[in-house]
Amino acid sequence: MSEFTEEQLQKYSRQIILPEVGGKGQKKLLNAKVFIVGAGGLGCPVGYYLTGAGIGRITIIDNDTVELSNLQRQIAHSVKSLGKLKVDSVSETFKNLNPDVNIVGIPQKITKDNIMDLIKNHDIVVDGSDNFPTRYLVNDACVMLKKPLVSGAILKFEGHVTTIIPGQGHCYRCLFEEMPPPGLVPSCQEAGVIGAIPGVIGSLQAIEVIKLILGKGDVLKNTLLIYDALKTTFRKVKIPKNPDCPVCGSNPTITELLDYDAEYCAAH
Amino acid sequence: MEEDIKPDKKISIKGLVCPYTFVKAKLAVEDMKVGQVLEILLDFEEASKSIPKSMEDHGQKVLKVEKVNDTDWIIQIRKEKE
Repeated sequence: MSEFTEEQLQKYSRQIILPEVGGKGQKKLLNAKVFIVGAGGLGCPVGYYLTGAGIGRITIIDNDTVELSNLQRQIAHSVKSLGKLKVDSVSETFKNLNPDVNIVGIPQKITKDNIMDLIKNHDIVVDGSDNFPTRYLVNDACVMLKKPLVSGAILKFEGHVTTIIPGQGHCYRCLFEEMPPPGLVPSCQEAGVIGAIPGVIGSLQAIEVIKLILGKGDVLKNTLLIYDALKTTFRKVKIPKNPDCPVCGSNPTITELLDYDAEYCAAH
Repeated sequence: MEEDIKPDKKISIKGLVCPYTFVKAKLAVEDMKVGQVLEILLDFEEASKSIPKSMEDHGQKVLKVEKVNDTDWIIQIRKEKE
């Protein structure tokens, strides 16, 4: 294990001493490639902690720019990055935290035309998106490419986390087969959110990713974890795999990616 | 009389303090085979207590902890598990 530099031994000492990590686990982390959808409330803490852990490559996609209203919860941005692309802002923050990590920022919207190429060379995908078309797009693409997906969602005082291992457990469509009609579920913009909620949920997502890379512990497979901050409760709900799921079932009806924005609007 | 065990590997972590003392010792154990013995030379007193405890917590066997002079300790660890 002498292939670690002295600086790396210092940087990662607190996790190398864990029996579940050690030098072997740290090597796995340093060789892992993680794709993060969204550089917002969830993408910021997920990327921050994964950068600290020494993940080899983090690719993060977002086509948005930093606004003052983001700073309450999107902890990798600052007043200095107002107006900048979010991916540029987080890349700078993460590189300052840990120059070991190869951070790749993609200032694009993720679509059915680019997602397959973008995620195929990564080990794990993290969904930190804020809308249903993207959530379903990312789910379907991960099922088709058999990529583990750690999905998070937040609203008001509540957050959800689930880990999808295609072929082994449920997928997002086993849980909610179709997108809700626009307007039924309010967005953060409409309903509001406490800034620390994505901090909790993003941290949980980062830990799920680290456990998947290490191959240690139990991940949220076939399980939805619901955090209610007002009641201060964490609830685990069993989500069985749906044998008739349109994307991961035995006779799937969705075999190629759809026009998710059109599907969402058509549902209105 | 205590039987002297010939170590398979020796490391010196003199000059290091916690947690790097244990990081170095742990990485050395990881690189060895089950049944092999590691001998650690150190001069940080706290680590002469914490390394044996942590090694036992991780399932390894502590064979010897000995103060060999005014400043140094020798610890012998036998690897019991991966």
